[in-house]
Amino acid sequence: MKLDLILRIGVKFLLPFVLLFALYVQFHGELGPGGGFQAGVITAGMVILYAIMFGVEAAKRIAPQRLVEVMVPLGVLIYAGTGVAGLLLGKNFLDYSVLAHDPPHGRELGIFLVELGVLITVSGTMTALFYAFSERGR
Amino acid sequence: MRFDVVQHLPALQVVIPLLGAVLAAFLRRGIVAWGLASVVTGLMPLIAGGLLWQVLQAGPISYHLGGWPPPWGIEYRVDVLNAFVLLLVSAVSAVMMPFARRSVAFEIEGDKQASFYSMYLLCLTGLLGITITGDAFNAFVFLEISSLSTYVLIAMGRDRRALLAAYQYLIMGTIGATFYVIGVGLLYLVTGSLNMVDIASRLGPASAEHFRPIVVALAFLTVGVSLKLALFPLHVWLPNAYAFAPSFATAFLAATATKVAVYLFIRIFFSIFGIAVSLESLRVCDVLLALSVAAMFIASVLAVYEQNLKRMLAYSSVAQIGYITFGIGLANQNGLTGGAVHLFNHALMKGALFLALGAVLYRAGTVKLAELGGIGRRMPLTFAAFVIAGLGIIGTPGTAGFISKWYLALGALDQGRWPLVFLIVASSLIALVYIGRVVEVAYFRATSEAAEKASDPPWNMLVPILVLAVATVYFGFFTELSAGIAAKAAQTLIGGLK
Amino acid sequence: MQHVQTFIGHYNYFITIFLMVSGLYIVIARGNMIKKLVGLALFQTSVYLLYIEPGKIIGGTAPILDPAFKVYSNPLPHVLILTAIVVGVATLALGLAIVARIHEAYGTIEEDEIFAREAQE
Repeated sequence: MKLDLILRIGVKFLLPFVLLFALYVQFHGELGPGGGFQAGVITAGMVILYAIMFGVEAAKRIAPQRLVEVMVPLGVLIYAGTGVAGLLLGKNFLDYSVLAHDPPHGRELGIFLVELGVLITVSGTMTALFYAFSERGR
Repeated sequence: MRFDVVQHLPALQVVIPLLGAVLAAFLRRGIVAWGLASVVTGLMPLIAGGLLWQVLQAGPISYHLGGWPPPWGIEYRVDVLNAFVLLLVSAVSAVMMPFARRSVAFEIEGDKQASFYSMYLLCLTGLLGITITGDAFNAFVFLEISSLSTYVLIAMGRDRRALLAAYQYLIMGTIGATFYVIGVGLLYLVTGSLNMVDIASRLGPASAEHFRPIVVALAFLTVGVSLKLALFPLHVWLPNAYAFAPSFATAFLAATATKVAVYLFIRIFFSIFGIAVSLESLRVCDVLLALSVAAMFIASVLAVYEQNLKRMLAYSSVAQIGYITFGIGLANQNGLTGGAVHLFNHALMKGALFLALGAVLYRAGTVKLAELGGIGRRMPLTFAAFVIAGLGIIGTPGTAGFISKWYLALGALDQGRWPLVFLIVASSLIALVYIGRVVEVAYFRATSEAAEKASDPPWNMLVPILVLAVATVYFGFFTELSAGIAAKAAQTLIGGLK
Repeated sequence: MQHVQTFIGHYNYFITIFLMVSGLYIVIARGNMIKKLVGLALFQTSVYLLYIEPGKIIGGTAPILDPAFKVYSNPLPHVLILTAIVVGVATLALGLAIVARIHEAYGTIEEDEIFAREAQE
């Protein structure tokens, strides 16, 4: 275990930047390449990298199994809930234009919420998949 | 603007089960999830009925998701045909729901029940979505939603062979769905559109210049959807999947999933391609007829030799799907009516039969024919329903099955192909053999060990079986809701043909 | 010369179809369940190419409105394929999960061995 000291320390240094990059990809999604899918995978990649270096048990301390399993439907709920909000405000399902004072801002808010839901679901799903497979075949 | 339920029915039809599936995923206790699934499923026929009523009154409904008009946005388009299928899918699942509680509690481990219902609702979302959407790519997404959840439902079976069946279905189902996407992709390349109505209107002008890609697209779409609807010889996944899935999942899938795939098939053939290119000159209908007849005979014969009753009914399903595609292949008013009405009737009959088998498994613990001697005397009501639905499968006058075969025979006669009528009758006789074999064992054999301890299941399992069996008889006499609407749907489909 | 030009002009379609058919071939010809899934993934991925290639217009830029550009690539195929990729990932993950369960239940993931075992019972 001594030999991979550089690797361990290096990964620890890397992790915050991975998360920062994920957030950049998330919030830059409207202006350039990016969005919830990519950001979700990068976030999950951070957890998986941590798990590979320090063991699945350690990873489960920062991203508990139960939390991950709740994240999967929660993101979909945020997405669908955003759509239903448009529905309840008198427009069609998934019409975000009524979410704020004028349509462009409403759509911006709607996309933001949807991307947030996607981020939560994708990162949750990817991590849950990793946990599920890493537990098998021991 | 205020929220107006009537106006948003098309969206609610899909959104409510989706939300239900998501909420069920949070739940831990099976019984709570069952309650949620029941409420959601119970709402579905109300919405579908409302849509059908609206369509019959005022013509097709177009709902623009996100407020973006077609062909740019995704459109939910409801006409007589898909309102009919929506009502069928949602009503049959709503009738089956009370059965689910005990059956699922019996067959699935406690901590997995909630996820079973979550997957069931997701599957329902996908099926309703395929039916209601007017966008070809959106249909693919819903197809995969329903397929992926179906694989999970099948893999939850008690037997380890359920895993093999799910794997096999996953491979074949994914190939089918991918073929579908290839077909849609080619259509998109040719027409630049994904909206079904828009594709249909652009396909005619485009077919002069790009005839070959259009034919290739038709081939890919046909094979892809045929895999999903288990058209002979692409049915290999079906018998094992139905045999090893949990009983409720089997009944639900047999009654709805293949029907929705058939609907998609009809949509592609008549609403997209039929308008632009002549199906007659491509001779696809003749191929379809030949395969359907092969399904009617070969699958029925396989059913006769099958010992596991669930597998027997699964082979029977392949044969019955043959009748539906037979009606599509005839491509005339009576034939298409027969196909559409058999879609409806078969869902009722197979639903009743598979539920009855679920009850047998619940009480006797087995569905092997050899171990079920005298079971009919021990479970009189369950088997009465089984026999009635079985008579429907055979096509006895006075049951719903007769009505569909009558229209199919008329359709064949309209084309002047009387040998086909003979084939319909002959294949029905094989159904008489396999249903009769069960009746013989169930009523006239000595009571077996497994049957000894069996009795009719509790009322909440029994009522859905009886309702579906009574419906089989009801729609054998009163055909306004089944054949009447099917004929209307067929009329619009045929009317659009080139 | 005409034919050679058409052939080279459509090279991307030949690559796509080659990948598509090899994926399908692996699914059919291999008995190992993991290898089958690899073939299936290859098959699905080739379809992504089928959609994305025609969306690229030579000289076109990303479809963000700007007075400096006149020609834009078609963004719709990308969005469609993003959905298809998610579907593909979900299918692959589910397939692998089922194979993992099959391995636990049977001790092998070779189809012929499993069928032989089933036939004995």
